[in-house]
Amino acid sequence: MTRKQKRLAVIFGGLAFLGAATGLTFVALGQKASYFYMPGDLVSADVQPGQRIRLGGIVEKGSILRGQDATVTFAVTDTAETVKVTYKGILPDLFREEQGVITEGSFGPDGGFVADSVLAKHDENYMPREVADSLKEKGLWQHNE
Amino acid sequence: MVEIGHFALVLALALGLVQMTVPLIGARLRDERMMAVAGPVTLAGFVFTALSFAILTMAYARSDFSLQNVWENSHSLKPMLYKITGVWGNHEGSMLLWVFILTFFGALVAIFGRNLPTTLRATVLAVQGSVGVAFFLFILITSNPFTRLSPAPVEGRDLNPILQDIGLAIHPPLLYLGYVGFSVSFAFSVAALIEGRIDAAWARWVRPWTLVAWVFLTGGIAMGSYWAYYELGWGGFWFWDPVENASFMPWLAGTALLHSAIVMEKRSALKIWTLLLAILTFSLSLLGTFLVRSGVLTSVHAFAADPSRGVFILCILMLFIGGSLALFALRASSLTQGGLFQPISREGALVLNNLFLTTATATVFIGTLYPLLVEALSGDKISVGPPFFNLTFIPLMVPLLVLVPFGPLLAWKRGDALAAAQRLMFAFAAALAAVLVTAFLIDGSSAIAALGVGLAIWLMIGALTDLAVKAGLGNVEPSVAWRRFIGLPRSVFGTALAHLGLGLTVLGLVGAICFGTESVLTMKPEQITELSGKRVRFDNVVPVQGPNYNDERAHFSLLGPAGEVRREIWSSRRFYPVRQMNTTEAGIATLGFSQLYISIGETTESGLVVRLWWKPFVTLIWGGGLVMMAGGTLSLLDRRLRVGAPARRSRKGAVKPAVEAA
Repeated sequence: MTRKQKRLAVIFGGLAFLGAATGLTFVALGQKASYFYMPGDLVSADVQPGQRIRLGGIVEKGSILRGQDATVTFAVTDTAETVKVTYKGILPDLFREEQGVITEGSFGPDGGFVADSVLAKHDENYMPREVADSLKEKGLWQHNE
Repeated sequence: MVEIGHFALVLALALGLVQMTVPLIGARLRDERMMAVAGPVTLAGFVFTALSFAILTMAYARSDFSLQNVWENSHSLKPMLYKITGVWGNHEGSMLLWVFILTFFGALVAIFGRNLPTTLRATVLAVQGSVGVAFFLFILITSNPFTRLSPAPVEGRDLNPILQDIGLAIHPPLLYLGYVGFSVSFAFSVAALIEGRIDAAWARWVRPWTLVAWVFLTGGIAMGSYWAYYELGWGGFWFWDPVENASFMPWLAGTALLHSAIVMEKRSALKIWTLLLAILTFSLSLLGTFLVRSGVLTSVHAFAADPSRGVFILCILMLFIGGSLALFALRASSLTQGGLFQPISREGALVLNNLFLTTATATVFIGTLYPLLVEALSGDKISVGPPFFNLTFIPLMVPLLVLVPFGPLLAWKRGDALAAAQRLMFAFAAALAAVLVTAFLIDGSSAIAALGVGLAIWLMIGALTDLAVKAGLGNVEPSVAWRRFIGLPRSVFGTALAHLGLGLTVLGLVGAICFGTESVLTMKPEQITELSGKRVRFDNVVPVQGPNYNDERAHFSLLGPAGEVRREIWSSRRFYPVRQMNTTEAGIATLGFSQLYISIGETTESGLVVRLWWKPFVTLIWGGGLVMMAGGTLSLLDRRLRVGAPARRSRKGAVKPAVEAA
């Protein structure tokens, strides 16, 4: 190979590499970027059972039910729609009724949401950002300091 | 008394203004006296910043609640260690630490850089000074830690309990030493662009400074990850949280810089690329500071959200990144490129390394900033989570890791890939054996797990192969090989050790992710549960009163085969009355390299909610980080660097050629 050919090969190799990386990124963004949903969004969104998402909203009053062996069920609501969530594990310290929460998991075949992690407010001033913003949009935000 | 700290900070700003202008003008006019100002002014700026920092620390130690900053973040009952670490456990204090470390690095350059060409030294210090000025202004205008309260409150509001941990004493200082350490290579790059030339002294200087910063950043990230692991009680060590990514991006870019700087130092090739990478690395550090400090992200790290601060840091960010890149665009073409090489060579391997690492940095960058961009443009809220990074970052990293052992075995300029592959036969056989053994042990249930273990072994044995080959093991008498081994340059050991550490980290990740088990259950006292063959008994819960918290401490026993107690484990939920906050203090038993991790929830009718994890080899994740740090440090101690830097002869332009490492 001449020097020119070599240089071309290197340049095209580099470009092909970057192209592959860009492709991967776009595929990943297209599939996985919309990751956070409020119950109301689920009506129009196409979320398959088994697809991993974050579901955020407010814990509905009176919906927390403790089952056997560390299983908890509660309802996450944005006042318009409500989704029932089952979770097995340790609830965060500030998990309360009528407080913001983000759960992560997927829908089971029966339509119930099975979460494997639950995030709540970190301290009195912190609410999961997505939830806080969505609530502000819907006019449900109460700042309790 | 406290006002002295404030005045010292203002003085440091004034000194910084002198530092960024006078030497720079001096360097243009070739005025020796004006350039000579740089050193003393830099040192004085450091002394005044240190004084300011010391006074804030004193105020914390004495619980002086007349300072708003102390009142907001401290409490008289807090243990002394946390009073002191609390200095940087808040926005204002952590920015002061940032600028303190910046002036510290400036002072180091001023002290150790006496042998640099005078114009280069003056310009470097001036650039360093300009970064300092921006951050002094930021602190004094938007985040002054010395704001007084009148009347002074009697008691403080305490530090966020999550931060009341030894981790706060180690993680932020290490991380900042890393972040800010990259400012030195940045300043050198900008200085080279201003001067319009890159000489041998420049090349020799950038690598060790990058290495110093990289060692600290590695430590900072590893420590932060371990801290999150044991403090948050979720058993996770990496969440792809934007704040973590903010520190990970400069690390990736810095690792690339480290490798391209080798090519530049040894072969004087890739000069322009190295320069650009140095600028990008520090830009990513600044971006990290912006992301964490501006409040655009909500996390444990964002102490307060104040829009004026965000805008200010954004301005700093645009000024430095935009300015340096514009300078690069203008001047880069005037720099000379040198050193030709074949694609298959050490240089070629390092270029490939750079290609992978910078692309990986770019994917993390996109994943971190895309949601912010989308929100700013369309108002839609999306969140990019681990699935994105698993799909982009990991496919980029795996081929890089596979190629790592080849790099050091290729010769400079023109390498022989086949010969390198032959030398790696043993490593390949070991890796293959590891894959088969693992697949057999887990009944072939997870191909990824088996391949992951193989990859880790490949990296580790590959790193050792490099040492063996360089010592000539197998080709010469063992005694000769041993003498050669002892005589290898320290940087060769450094490389091998760093790559070995990488393998250890991979092994830890594969172990914890693929072979970890967990269980959640409610337990009554004396109940025994089993997880991966480990029998754990829940004994009881005892209330314990701490200095500024109440503990609800659960006692567990890890039982041996005969039912005897092998290890006692305490896991607790801690309540901090001042902040009305709970924290989880996980109970961890380390068995070999593996850990049993227990965290507890509330007590329900059916018993105490307990979550147990068995995490095989998990400690290797951070242990590997420590080994990488050791490798970096060893490489810093290399004779070549010690001889090279202080060589007074280099001033006359007669640069001693660097001792070739193998």
